[in-house]
Amino acid sequence: MSWLIQTLWSSIGKKLMMAVTGLCFCIFLVGHLAGNLTIYAGKDAFDAYAEGLHALGPLLTLIELGLLIFAIIHITTGLTLFYQNLRARPTRNKVTKRGGGRTIASATMPYTGIILLMFVVMHLINFSFVDKSETTIAQIVSQKFENPIYVLIYVAAMIIVAFHVRHGFWSAFQTLGANHPKYMTTLMALSIILGLVVGFGFGMLPLYISLFS
Amino acid sequence: MNKFISLTLRIWRQKRPNEKGQFETYPAKDISTDISILEMLDVINEQLTLEGKDPIAFDHDCREGICGMCGAVVNGHPHGSEKGTTLCQLHMRHFSDGDTIVIEPWRSRAFPIIKDLAVDRSALDRIIQAGGYISVNTGGAPDANAIPIAQEAADKAMDAAACIGCGACVAACPNASAMLFSGAKISHLALLPQGKPEAAKRAIHMLMAMDALGFGNCSNERECEVQCPKEISIVNIARMNREFLKASFFSSEK
Repeated sequence: MSWLIQTLWSSIGKKLMMAVTGLCFCIFLVGHLAGNLTIYAGKDAFDAYAEGLHALGPLLTLIELGLLIFAIIHITTGLTLFYQNLRARPTRNKVTKRGGGRTIASATMPYTGIILLMFVVMHLINFSFVDKSETTIAQIVSQKFENPIYVLIYVAAMIIVAFHVRHGFWSAFQTLGANHPKYMTTLMALSIILGLVVGFGFGMLPLYISLFS
Repeated sequence: MNKFISLTLRIWRQKRPNEKGQFETYPAKDISTDISILEMLDVINEQLTLEGKDPIAFDHDCREGICGMCGAVVNGHPHGSEKGTTLCQLHMRHFSDGDTIVIEPWRSRAFPIIKDLAVDRSALDRIIQAGGYISVNTGGAPDANAIPIAQEAADKAMDAAACIGCGACVAACPNASAMLFSGAKISHLALLPQGKPEAAKRAIHMLMAMDALGFGNCSNERECEVQCPKEISIVNIARMNREFLKASFFSSEK
């Protein structure tokens, strides 16, 4: 087994773990967004979707457990990489200019990641670990977004997740070794599109709920 | 067509490896725009020597962009802001009269500063020693065409082999990672039939050596390929990732 630990804890191995878990989160985000779009169809549709999701029972628990384990891997590996990368350059240059490779998204990955972790904890407290015995999720959501501060926090968090996804998606393919002249341009474009879809898709929801429900 | 410009230089001065360094300002008067930045440093050093001061230490050798010896961060860009050139190919015509030029050494934990702008890049040699070679019997030169190699593979291998090991990728990387260097060296041999027998061992050993030397981890910022004087692509990093993962999961090498 030592070879496995050696492989996974090497620099490429850590990136591999980031890439695999990250891509799974991308799939999760798309699924989560697809479900949330039922909000546009009205409260009943959204509640029906939530009910349907919970009807999955043990399968849902399994998915949630998987997401938790992946989150732990993604966060601990990410923080380790962040620490090691800071350590690799003890003295910074006085003048540093970008050559054109770095983007706002790529330069802020650890920071957007940490903010998203805090957001996810808050999001779970808001909508997951709440007493739903007397109300429906649609009611809880519309109550929450009556407060403009929550609308602001959620929209801001979705802009941040858009940036995180914009670098993370194509980056995961590069890490997995999938850099090919025929596909790379498409992957780069897809990365931006996915960022925009996630950002706008989720970001419009709190605004819609606070304005129209 | 001889043009002369005057500049202000801010240069990192550090007496020895573990001593604290600082920036010193030097006026550079009437510098010909036809000379390179290294030749300008020669001019400054002649003046410093005449004044009885310590000349600025900097690495250089061929001065035609092929040896990989020179290198410094000029105004925030490794080898200066010109594309695909080394420091010795950076001519003063790219600067304007009155400019301030900040010249700093490569900064990385794995590249300790020896003196001023000269850094110890032997960490890159350690990576090569770990597997950046092929094992063949010595003897007469083999027949050039004894092993058929597809033109495409030869071209790709040559693109990777263009790496001169200057360390600009490490200097350019926000994480001070040596992935472009290692990726180029692993790719160069992995693409050729001569490199195939030891490919798995090479990928694992070179990566382990790289990790142990204190370089950072790649986060696909792509600054390395943009700043590389030989314009080596991050396709080589992806190939290294493939080679390493293939070797780790599918070969008996450890």
